[in-house]
Amino acid sequence: METYTLIVLLLAATIRVATPLLLAAMAGMFSERSGIIDLGLEGKMLGAAFAAAAVSAVTGSAWLGLGAGIVTAVALALLIGFACITHRGNQVVAGMAVTIMVSGLAPTLGLAWFNLGGQTPQLDGPGQRFTELAWPWVEPARAVPFPGLLYAELLGGHNLIVYLAAALLPFSAWVLYRTRFGLRLRAVGENPQAVDTAGISVNALRYQAVAISGVLCGVAGTYLSTAASSGFVRDMTAGKGYLALAALIFGKWRPWPTLGACLLFAFTDALATRLQGVALPVVGVIPVQFILALPYVLTVLLLAGFVGKAIAPRAIGVPYAKEK
Amino acid sequence: MSAPAKLPRWAELGLLPAINLAAALLLSGVIVRILGESPWSALKLLAAGALGSQESIGYTLYYATNFIFTGLAVAVAYHAGLFNIGAEGQAYIGGLGTALVCLWLGSAPFWVVLPLAVLAGAAAGAAWAFIPAWLQARRGSHIVITTIMFNFIASALMTYLLVNVLIKPGQQSPETREFAPGAFMPPIHELLARLGITFTATPFNFAFVLALAAAALVWLFIWRTRWGYALRVAGENAAAAVYAGISPPRITVGAMLLSGALAGCLGLNELMGAQHRLLLDFPGGAGFVGIAVALMGRNHPVGIILAAVLFGALYQGGSQLSFDMPKVNRDMVVVIQGLVILLCGAMEHLFRAPLTALFRRKDGA
Repeated sequence: METYTLIVLLLAATIRVATPLLLAAMAGMFSERSGIIDLGLEGKMLGAAFAAAAVSAVTGSAWLGLGAGIVTAVALALLIGFACITHRGNQVVAGMAVTIMVSGLAPTLGLAWFNLGGQTPQLDGPGQRFTELAWPWVEPARAVPFPGLLYAELLGGHNLIVYLAAALLPFSAWVLYRTRFGLRLRAVGENPQAVDTAGISVNALRYQAVAISGVLCGVAGTYLSTAASSGFVRDMTAGKGYLALAALIFGKWRPWPTLGACLLFAFTDALATRLQGVALPVVGVIPVQFILALPYVLTVLLLAGFVGKAIAPRAIGVPYAKEK
Repeated sequence: MSAPAKLPRWAELGLLPAINLAAALLLSGVIVRILGESPWSALKLLAAGALGSQESIGYTLYYATNFIFTGLAVAVAYHAGLFNIGAEGQAYIGGLGTALVCLWLGSAPFWVVLPLAVLAGAAAGAAWAFIPAWLQARRGSHIVITTIMFNFIASALMTYLLVNVLIKPGQQSPETREFAPGAFMPPIHELLARLGITFTATPFNFAFVLALAAAALVWLFIWRTRWGYALRVAGENAAAAVYAGISPPRITVGAMLLSGALAGCLGLNELMGAQHRLLLDFPGGAGFVGIAVALMGRNHPVGIILAAVLFGALYQGGSQLSFDMPKVNRDMVVVIQGLVILLCGAMEHLFRAPLTALFRRKDGA
């Protein structure tokens, strides 16, 4: 029974950790499927996290924070788009540049505006955070192991953004695979020449993809500072943007496998915390660092072709220039 | 009409980076103004903090040494057409190699320790670059992603080693014991003292000279040897390289090994010269500054040295700035770094087009 409770709690933690990964991975998916490498996921999430926490602290509303987070991430995304699409700049460099810039800018603005060493004030007022939503009959359900505990911990008890992310996944899949826009977006990533010949603006489509990426990163970043924590702390994304990119690649740029990858990576994170110092039957105590490094090792193995093949969109990374 | 006009060499290597830097500083000035401080005062404080005293010059050049190594690393890979984002991890593991030699060779004299430490650091850094390089060469795995992953794996590995294996017994903080004096890199102020010149004590040390030597060797290699030529050809046009009998996969691996080796030398400055022990996260972002330095220096050793000194000045000036202007701190330097990377790297064509037009008008009119 204790193992069962443990597993349920572990899975619940997995869902909470996977949410920002999933949102960021979806963001990366839209951008990369249209042909723009998205190394700015980390920066966009961090910028959104800061903006959301700052606005929420000042206005007292997490919803306004969410709006600010989305606006910030979209602005950063459009900046990357401007450099990569209009100016045909190197997409890797642009993404890295914005990430580095934001990692310095957020604490600088935080220090100047709030004087707390780069952080934002704690979000402890009512409505300043996205808190756990109370589902009906959660307390009595918790007493019943099966399926009560599942209902209380796994299904219920998460905050709004978790459910939003869960809904955005099938929605993103639908947009990408079942709408004309999605078809054109995927085409632009595989063969922009053909799309251009058909009379559709490649650049406009890529800008739209990049903007969508911004929106999703905005939600991801807002989640980190207003739902998962109660404020912005410097470098709080801690590599999640790169982890999301790894999950996207692991999921072969498709929505549902990416979800699997995000859950897998999140599970290793939750497991690492739980297994710290615990001696396992055959291998003994696994150093926590090894478990934390596992998602990155898995991605490398995938890229090496040992875990199946990962084929990127054909036209990714190449700026599109109309032939004269 | 479709072939882009070329800028004269001095404009390409000197004027364009200067314009990009000016633009980066201008944008940073806007941010400083938004924060409520005067950009001009900030710039003056920055300059004074970086070059205003012997101590600040020493610190500036000490920081610059790190950036020369990582800048060279990124540049060598770039000439082969590769993006080495993994300089941070390679520097970290390289430092492990250097530190192990320093710890194991206990009381050996300096002239024994130094070459072995250089070899160990370079070899360890190269080894860390090998797997991503091989995967790109043989399996087509995108080197940018693999090197980013390897940065994180390096961080996890080093944390494990420092906390569990290499930590000085009986100590809380994850560091090794201090190196024996034979493994201390001679500080410049001591070397100058022997010549009768007084210089304030700073961490500025002999590794700077080694960095300059490395820059010279890189220049020789890339522009004066057959292998360097092969590297540049493979970087510019892999298909043409094959026709010339050059093997792009081999170049990929070779270039990355050299790149990793250069990054791995960072420990010579930071560990042997300043910290005298191995500690967590000692590269402190130098691998990423190396990207900015390489881009700004147009991947040429002379440009890299200048850009490295510039960034060293920004780092040193930035930390001084936070004393006098509490609202602006060292993070502002990171913002400038990001802007430099953006303007010099991603948006390099932004100023090139009008500049080229200007030069063409001057020639044609």
